[in-house]
Amino acid sequence: MSLNLLRLFGGRNATAPVARERLQILLAHERGLLGQSDLLVTLREEILAVVSKHVALDPDKVIVKLERGKTVSTLEVDIEVPNNFDKKALAQRRMAG
Amino acid sequence: MAKVLVVTSGKGGVGKTTSTAALGAALAQSGQNVVVVDFDVGLRNLDLVMGAERRVVFDLINVVQGVAKLPQALIRDKRLENLWLLPASQTRDKDALTDEGVGRVIAELRSRFDWILCDSPAGIERGATLAMRYADEAVIVTNPEVSSVRDSDRIIGMLDSKTVKAERGERVEKHVLITRYDPARAARGEMLNIDDILEILATPLLGIIPESQDVLKASNVGTPVTLNNAESAPARAYIDAARRLMGEEVAMVVPAERKGFMNRLLGRRAA
Repeated sequence: MSLNLLRLFGGRNATAPVARERLQILLAHERGLLGQSDLLVTLREEILAVVSKHVALDPDKVIVKLERGKTVSTLEVDIEVPNNFDKKALAQRRMAG
Repeated sequence: MAKVLVVTSGKGGVGKTTSTAALGAALAQSGQNVVVVDFDVGLRNLDLVMGAERRVVFDLINVVQGVAKLPQALIRDKRLENLWLLPASQTRDKDALTDEGVGRVIAELRSRFDWILCDSPAGIERGATLAMRYADEAVIVTNPEVSSVRDSDRIIGMLDSKTVKAERGERVEKHVLITRYDPARAARGEMLNIDDILEILATPLLGIIPESQDVLKASNVGTPVTLNNAESAPARAYIDAARRLMGEEVAMVVPAERKGFMNRLLGRRAA
């Protein structure tokens, strides 16, 4: 009974959940942009260099993210590879270059 | 071994200086040798909150630049003999501080004190980065409010990348201190709750300081709140937080709403 009353009176104007959701979305975005430390920039460049030796890549399609967690953090590397990335394409690129 | 602890937040007005004074006094009250260092060059206030504003002769910048020796600039607290203040300069600007000079002063303080509490200026500019530069631990002062949480998140990112410890591949030990917590508003769902803040910041909690008249009263008379009224709710919360800093296990008390007659009748509970 009392819990229902609490929800009835307290729940209607509760803005805290909205604040929480807005923050979560905003920070997920900002951590991607601003959180890019020098380490992430270096990692991204070196990963790009290594993979580009073997696969033709669009540099903009290489995304390196660091997600902070309570006990561990995860490093997420997302590389989009075109379908015709085989050696023929690479050979053509070499010829052209 | 000496510990360098930065009290920081990004956002201004959340309670960094109050918290530096209160935690510094609480640590000193339990017998530690403590110095509180004001890094807010040009807008110093730690001297005022500590009640030492009329005793400032030399400051941090004088020491950094070699104009004064460290013992000449240190001010001993009138109430606690093992609590000291190193004030900031009110007339110079923050560019007078150099990374190398701050490093030298911190190293000298390490040989004299158990705790070196650095009161950071607001913002993310030079003053704030120098205040955290040599820290072993950090207290991130956060209000239960969106802009403060956002700025805290930014500061946590800087603690993980711009400190000497981070550059060495080590970690600055971080703690969130929630200040100006209003239990009544939290119970009504008008204020971000503590679990949400901790989940968003992914950083452990050092303490919850309730919004209280006692904090203002203490700063009015220039006494850290833990000394001015040690039995008040915010003082007890700061004393517990200081004990946690010293490695003690202290049960976390979430400030509770003072129940009014109607609430008691309805059996409402504070969250």
